Amino acid sequence: MSITTTSTPRTGMLSRVLRSIAATCAVIGSAAAMEDGWANPVLDKFPTATVNTTGLATGDHWVTVGQLHSVTGTMAISETGSVEAERLAIKQINDMGGVLGRKIKIVQEDGASDWPTFAEKAKKLLIKDKVGTVFGCWTSASRKAVLPIFEKENGMLYYPTFYEGLEASKNVIYTGQEATQQILWGLDWAHKEKGAKTFFLIGSDYIWPRTSNKIARIHIEKKLQGCKVVGEEYYPLGHTNFNSLINKVKLAKPDVIYSVVVGGSNVAWYKQLKAAGITGASLEKDKRLLLTISTTEDEVRGIGGENVEGFFACMKYFQSLPNENNIKFVAAFNEMYKDKYSGKASIGDVTQAAYLGPWLWKATVEKAGSFDISKISAASGGIEYKEAPEGYVRIHDKNNHLWSKARLGKMRLDGQFDVIAESPELIEPNPYPEGYK
Amino acid sequence: MNSFYRSFLGGRSGTVGLVVLSLLLLVVLPLSIDAFRLNMMGKYLSLAFVAIALVMCWGYGGIMSLGQGLFWGLGGYCMAAFLKLEAAANIAKEAGTDQIQALTTVGIPDFMDWNQITELPWFWYPFKSFPLTLALMIVIPTVIAYIVGVAMFKRRVGGVYFAIITQALCWAMEILFVTRQGWTGGINGITDLRTLLGWDIRTPDAQMTIYFLTCIGIIGCILFGRWLLNTKFGRLLLAVRDMEDRVRFSGYDVANIKTMVFCIAAAMSSIGGAFFVLNVGFMSPKLVTIEPSIYMVIFCAVGGRMSLIGAVYGTLIVSFGRTFFSEEFPALWYFLMGSVFILVTMVFPEGLAGAVNRFGPPLWNKIARLWRKKPPAAPAEEVKP
Repeated sequence: MSITTTSTPRTGMLSRVLRSIAATCAVIGSAAAMEDGWANPVLDKFPTATVNTTGLATGDHWVTVGQLHSVTGTMAISETGSVEAERLAIKQINDMGGVLGRKIKIVQEDGASDWPTFAEKAKKLLIKDKVGTVFGCWTSASRKAVLPIFEKENGMLYYPTFYEGLEASKNVIYTGQEATQQILWGLDWAHKEKGAKTFFLIGSDYIWPRTSNKIARIHIEKKLQGCKVVGEEYYPLGHTNFNSLINKVKLAKPDVIYSVVVGGSNVAWYKQLKAAGITGASLEKDKRLLLTISTTEDEVRGIGGENVEGFFACMKYFQSLPNENNIKFVAAFNEMYKDKYSGKASIGDVTQAAYLGPWLWKATVEKAGSFDISKISAASGGIEYKEAPEGYVRIHDKNNHLWSKARLGKMRLDGQFDVIAESPELIEPNPYPEGYK
Repeated sequence: MNSFYRSFLGGRSGTVGLVVLSLLLLVVLPLSIDAFRLNMMGKYLSLAFVAIALVMCWGYGGIMSLGQGLFWGLGGYCMAAFLKLEAAANIAKEAGTDQIQALTTVGIPDFMDWNQITELPWFWYPFKSFPLTLALMIVIPTVIAYIVGVAMFKRRVGGVYFAIITQALCWAMEILFVTRQGWTGGINGITDLRTLLGWDIRTPDAQMTIYFLTCIGIIGCILFGRWLLNTKFGRLLLAVRDMEDRVRFSGYDVANIKTMVFCIAAAMSSIGGAFFVLNVGFMSPKLVTIEPSIYMVIFCAVGGRMSLIGAVYGTLIVSFGRTFFSEEFPALWYFLMGSVFILVTMVFPEGLAGAVNRFGPPLWNKIARLWRKKPPAAPAEEVKP
């Protein structure tokens, strides 16, 4: 990382010693080895004076972007995938000759799973480093902490996580799904394909699960014929004792256990379900199912495939998608991080969404012919990316979210998912859903 | 005048220390660093209020509180509640923007609306008034500290048991704030604060003003602390720390003395929390939890727990180190910070102030001797309370 850091060089003895330690220990450092001898072949066509009119850290031969995820603290386990995917995309773009002939340098900062730190680092990236564009954040809380800063300093954030919606800032491109994109089609599928009539909603207690379940409840009660919600329960983040909940679920006998449990709680939740005899196979025998919107390949790696086999998840991306783009993407990811994962990386929904960020940014910059944030913001609507691992995606004309498909995966013993259904069309993002308030 | 000089400024060496600190904060830093770093200094300084409070309560009173973040957070939440209501009122005046279209109930904070709350909870009403907010900012932490103090000190709970209880309280507070998200913003905290009484606090000018206000607050707290520690109460406090039973047998109510200093420390920490919100523009339950509370004790230990001024330096140095290491080495910085803490405690067990007191006077004497070729009358820059 120290290799790519472009912050003001400090020349203390201590600093130098520490730098050399960091350089030897850098795990991802190799990802962005830059040839400083790179010369921009299209400089005549895109002189710096025209592509950078707002004093960004962008020169004749290079452009600087920021990366702001947690690489330490409790969220590091989730955000590492995003860091790696973004670096892969940036490396691939650099190998192709960069953006407007400029190769990309990364200034990475650590949000340390701490929202005030995210805010501090966002300010640093935008004000001191003048990067303009930042790929980063994961939790809603971290996004909420940095959003006022991006709006005030006019920066652009590419945010990868599926989230609750209720937001459409001109300074954020949301490359994950907002709540309706992930929920409605999955519920329709459970109702039509599996004949489900009763639903039990379960979530961790914070805004994303609560908003998701609110939308799910309204859809179940108003849009699906003869369906009802038979229970709705929330538990604090990090909660690990689900036995009383499991008893309630057993009594209510819902057709669908709808789970929005996140983070570390997932491990306890699925293990205790299994201990109580609720498994994919036992539910299937009764023509019932467990459907989740919060468990991806990343989580299953920690939970263990034997605890989740036969459960369903509704996402936009699964690592096992058989299309050509995805096969290439998974191979490139495994190649770049072969020392770390020895060819067996788990790639979840958010990791893929993070990979889209730099590519969408590249396409937008090329359309706008400029790195200026106002121009990027204006040019974002309608930007397409055809080589996305999840398949074709497009930025919505008005709300900066992506048009994308929804898919259903059935969890396998090996921690991967069998993709068993896919929405026929791209689903329109609708962060302020009418009728779902 | 003479008694003022002695009790507030702490005699000659105290005055020198205070003048050096004031010059550094009010002149040197604003002239030498840019607006972004200065804002960060303001943020660090708002933590220094807690470090000063801990010097009084831990260094002098012998009461180790590992949950001071609780009081700091309460001050922050009070200020954030006021600013959020103002922001909500401003949004209510807009028309046709996304922000207003996203709301079901206009005029209440957005996070309440997201949690299906349609009416402002009763305990939010006082925060519509600025004077009332300022009053509550002091009253709430003091009352809580009083209850805790009476409950613990009257029963003669002290030392490590008290430290554990404060830590548990702090944790309980975090859980309360995270789980009551409709009332408190939950894990997201209270974000997107823009104006204070119509004054945009996000502009560079405003942030500069807030920085100076924070500095003045810090200096005020140091002066107040010096005065208090020089009174009879301050001497009793030291006596309680060193020989609690003897003070009790002399007829004093030890529990009252301890409760009093704990309440003062709580109120002072709360003021720091409010300044933090003004400097940073949001409040989060992450700041109320155990980790920052322990950081605050570290600030105090690094600066020297017997020195009010040392606490400020300790805060600035540790916080700056945290920022510097995490900027330069995003993946390694925790280890570097850890090594620095271990080193400091091993080499300077009395903190920076201890080191200055130990090495300062001989060094100064040597320099002075070289300068004047005769020994000086008094040792200079000695950090005193």
